[in-house]
Amino acid sequence: MADHSEHPASFWTAASLLPPLIAAALFAVFTTFLPAVAAGETLRYAWGWIPALGVDFSFVIDGLSLTFSLLISGIGIAVMLFSGRYLAGHPQHGRFSLYLVSFMLAMLGLVLADNLLVLFVFWELTTITSFLLIGFSHGSEVSRRAALQALLVTGAGGLAMLAGFLLIGAETGTFELSALREMGDVLRDSPLYIPILILVLCGAFTKSAQFPFHFWLPNAMAAPTPVSAFLHSATMVKGGVYLLARMHPNLAGTNTWLWTLVIFGAFTTVFASIVALRQNDLKQTLAYTTLMALGALVLFLAAPGGYAVTAAATFLVVHSLYKAALFLTIGCVDHATGTRDARRLGGLARRMPLTALAGGLAALSMAGMVPFIGFIGKELLYKGGLESPASPIIVTGAIFAASALMFAVAGVVALRPFWGSDGKMPLLDRPIREAPLPMLAGPLVLGVLGLYFGLSPHGLQVHVTDPIVGAILGDPDMAKELYLWAGFNLALILSILTFATGVAIYVFQDRIRERIVAAESRLMNFDALWDRLLAAIGTGARVVTDLLQPGIASRYLMAVFTTITLLIGSAILIRGLDIGTVGLSGVDGVHVVVFGLTIAGTLLAVVTNSRIAAITGLGVTGTGVALVFIMFGAPDVAITQILVEMLIVVLFSVAALKLPTLPQRLPFFHRRAHAAVSIALGAIVAGVVIAVTSVPLDLRLTEFFEANSYPEAHGRNIVNVILVDFRAFDTFGEISVVAIAAISAYALLRQRKTKGSQ
Amino acid sequence: MSWYLAMPLMTPVLTAVAAYLLRGSGIGRWVAVAGSALGLVFALMLMNQVIAAGVVTGQMSDWPAPFGITLIADLFSGIMVLLTAGVGLAVAVYACGEIDDDLEEMGFFAIFQLLLAGVTGAFLTGDLFNLYVWFEVLLISSFGLLILGGTRQQIDGAVKYVVLNLVSTIIFLCGLGLLYGATGTLNMADLRLAVDNSDQQGLVTVLSMFFLVAFAMKAAVFPLFFWLPASYHTPTSAVSAIFAGLLSKVGVYALFRTFTLIFDNDPAYTQPILYVAAALTMVTGILGALAQTDMRRVMSYQIVSSIGFLILGLAIGTPLALAGAIFYLVHNIIVKVNLFLVAGVATRLCGSSEMSRMGGVYKTAPLVALLFLVPAFTLAGFPPLTGFWAKVLLVQAALEAGNWGMVALVLIVSLLTIWSLMIVWARVFWAAHPEGLEPRTADLAPVRLHLLLPIAALGLASILIGLFPNGLIVLVQAAAAQLLDPQAYVDAVLGGAP
Repeated sequence: MADHSEHPASFWTAASLLPPLIAAALFAVFTTFLPAVAAGETLRYAWGWIPALGVDFSFVIDGLSLTFSLLISGIGIAVMLFSGRYLAGHPQHGRFSLYLVSFMLAMLGLVLADNLLVLFVFWELTTITSFLLIGFSHGSEVSRRAALQALLVTGAGGLAMLAGFLLIGAETGTFELSALREMGDVLRDSPLYIPILILVLCGAFTKSAQFPFHFWLPNAMAAPTPVSAFLHSATMVKGGVYLLARMHPNLAGTNTWLWTLVIFGAFTTVFASIVALRQNDLKQTLAYTTLMALGALVLFLAAPGGYAVTAAATFLVVHSLYKAALFLTIGCVDHATGTRDARRLGGLARRMPLTALAGGLAALSMAGMVPFIGFIGKELLYKGGLESPASPIIVTGAIFAASALMFAVAGVVALRPFWGSDGKMPLLDRPIREAPLPMLAGPLVLGVLGLYFGLSPHGLQVHVTDPIVGAILGDPDMAKELYLWAGFNLALILSILTFATGVAIYVFQDRIRERIVAAESRLMNFDALWDRLLAAIGTGARVVTDLLQPGIASRYLMAVFTTITLLIGSAILIRGLDIGTVGLSGVDGVHVVVFGLTIAGTLLAVVTNSRIAAITGLGVTGTGVALVFIMFGAPDVAITQILVEMLIVVLFSVAALKLPTLPQRLPFFHRRAHAAVSIALGAIVAGVVIAVTSVPLDLRLTEFFEANSYPEAHGRNIVNVILVDFRAFDTFGEISVVAIAAISAYALLRQRKTKGSQ
Repeated sequence: MSWYLAMPLMTPVLTAVAAYLLRGSGIGRWVAVAGSALGLVFALMLMNQVIAAGVVTGQMSDWPAPFGITLIADLFSGIMVLLTAGVGLAVAVYACGEIDDDLEEMGFFAIFQLLLAGVTGAFLTGDLFNLYVWFEVLLISSFGLLILGGTRQQIDGAVKYVVLNLVSTIIFLCGLGLLYGATGTLNMADLRLAVDNSDQQGLVTVLSMFFLVAFAMKAAVFPLFFWLPASYHTPTSAVSAIFAGLLSKVGVYALFRTFTLIFDNDPAYTQPILYVAAALTMVTGILGALAQTDMRRVMSYQIVSSIGFLILGLAIGTPLALAGAIFYLVHNIIVKVNLFLVAGVATRLCGSSEMSRMGGVYKTAPLVALLFLVPAFTLAGFPPLTGFWAKVLLVQAALEAGNWGMVALVLIVSLLTIWSLMIVWARVFWAAHPEGLEPRTADLAPVRLHLLLPIAALGLASILIGLFPNGLIVLVQAAAAQLLDPQAYVDAVLGGAP
């Protein structure tokens, strides 16, 4: 992000000040619900919205939604204060603030919604606002690609999830989550349980960037740092986790749920923490640690145990606090030094002491050190892992590996830049100064909170973890207590081992990093695979389109006539056609001559190379048709037909003189194909005509016209009466046609004239 | 006869006459706008009457059905007429900003109004031959608008358009003659009874294929859609927009009408055809959109794709599916007109609709970018805009029908639609403009209000209907129920005792 400190005064603008004020007001409102929720209450607010679909605009405040709301609005205050200063003076600051506030409101809607479709509406709104925020630096191709990738990956998951929600609605008859809570067995026993589960998990896993949908999240770091802090660590990506927690009463409790979440969660958490260690850009490091946290949360929502869910609830808060703080700290560093490269940063603690304090506090919590809340979170993770019904070894092992790596990464993020050597620091033309207060306030408060909750976890337990466990498991008594000192037990031993391993990893980080880099080049790169997928779809689209739409009119006609032939032909084959008895009894010599003439004219038009000959052939055909009209008692129609034929032949012949000669004939194969389709279609239409004429004609209309033409409509010529009275409305339409044709032709002629004179 | 039915139809005709006589006087175009506004009022009155009475009918020249020509409006017709008048007014205002004096002198506004009359007539007629007449009015007026001010590219597109559409017209006429021969009537309500009573059900199915092909071609269904992408990107934006919104939808309307009212006798044969056509139309349409480099062509192919969604509704054929399809129709008409209008503004700013020559609109003209984003997100089906509810209804219908394959296809095509729109967004709006091709906001200034006001109004319609969709959902459910049980329609025309 470019530095805008040249406009220090512009912090005092609406774009800077309104967002944090809105967030603070919301936060204040949400805190008022804490006592009620701590007392075990669930508050529901509903307004009728779309009764036709059974959708209420309904919201629920319980332990789960209130905790998320407090995190969203609380971290929102910190992030928006930060961005007000960070982006001050940016020409698009106003838009940015608008998107950021919209995002926050959408996110709050998501976690508060009590109706699946309402939830989905807000879910997609977070996707849209996130798209606009990731692409904020829209001049850069990297940003645009990242924005589109995030939109498509989470959009695809969202669409799958929508299908899942609609299936849930179809199976249970309701979209209301509070009603669904009581119907968990209906879904679990439904034959559609597996499809529903897969579809809903697609939504949750793409949003929460679980492997193999993880690749969009590190790319999303193309967004300005406050956006990364807010959306891509503390809030939006937790939307998927929230959904899993919210759907827990309905979908969890089966082995499918358990193992799917364990496998995806465990793999994501270990994989991400390894890759995190390898990054040099500190923002990328934090992005991968976010993936690690999301994996861990998924892992602990797999099992229905009290420790597991308490651990998930605690870790949710722990992670949000330290991750937002670290992102903002890195933002301060970047703002001051112009780089986020871990290899170059060092010794900043002297020049940016408060930033260093905030980063240090957050990192200690991330590393799981005593007495921070991170320590309590880690203890609970171990306890939850050890009681996991899936496989304690897999779950605990995954958490052990991830925690040890996190310990080392915390050092990379907070130790080196502030207390490491400053030998490679970039040279700047200005002194490195402490970050301004609006940017520092958030990370400091969040860092201190991590310490405060660690020292005094009871408030957190009463207001957050107990109600969350109550909301997820239906019984707050299953919640486990939060202790800093839980006695000497297996979890504590594991914690100590974690520190030891973490220190070792930190010490040998450079060597490990080389190994990871070497291994990485041999592994599948999902990001490149994504590009290949898009390119393949693009190529496929072009091939199909070029094939279908070559821009040659004769091919289009061929396709059209083939379709007609196939559709009518197959209808005849499948449904049959009763053509009655066709005899030649009524045929006499005159008929043979007239029809022979007509056919000859058509043949001439088909085989000739000359335009004049072709139009003559068609003229002959038309005259033949006129003769048919005469023979069957319609002389007036015949006269019209002959007049029209004459006009066409004359006009076309005049035009043909000015036209170039006919192009080369089509290749033999094409001509044969054209002939085959023409003959088939001709035969089919002839057959249908015979079938129709073998049905006795219903003469109701003719009789009515005959009976009423003179007495009612006062005309002796029935055709005329039909045209100007019985069906005058048709004639009105046809007159319009002639008028439009005249206007258009006049315009075209005038246009050519003016063009010619230019 | 009912004035409720005649006024929405006669207003554009009379407006056309007035606009033609007053062309070049400086007020001709505003007369056209006033006429369109009046037409909208009459369309609203008709809609109101239809909601109150269920079905409104009138016999032209007072000859009783089935001997004279019937005009009729049920809810489906009423909705379509209202939409025609609504988008007609929006585009008429836009055209005041876009159309220069030369085009007006040539009769642009008159032909435009007659096009609206043709569309309205097609929606209101209860007589199959009369429908053919309105198709001709449509065809000739759209051809006129295509060639007006013709560049070579325009004429080329127009020739393909007219040749392929004439084929459709001829097939329609053939089918019409044969159907009359088989039943002795042209009145659509009467045809329903005649077809029901026919002992030649096989022949009826064969004849229905003539209409299926003719209307599917008008509707731009695969593999009969070639004329659409060949021509829609060539004329002025106002013309593209009204075509995009209405022309192919008339074909869809005719399919819905005839295959629920007359040819509902053999779903075992027609339904699989409609399913396959719907699937291939959706897929080839969106692939075509992804293959384009011209903004207006992207949108032309997206029309084709959206026609597939509509045909899918007809193929499933349940009340929910038809309701979803009609909802989708309402949504799509508004949003497509809007997108083509915004594309016109973007083209005006950048001097080209070729995306490699466009860019930087988000930075230089943020309002235009916002006005694009609303219909783009609507078409992409993001909630809470109209496209989302249409998708919900259609997916629900496909799920209820147990048609998992179609559900998957709808969702995949939705995703590709998002992609195709966001490619346009990224290239035209987000990316910096190519060297020396900075968007010329000065070109927009004199006609800013004419061009942007209708776009904003249509965008607002998408947003408001999206936020409060219940009324429309109830309405389209009632319209679908009418289509699936045409007894009231038949009784209204034939007086209950034929």
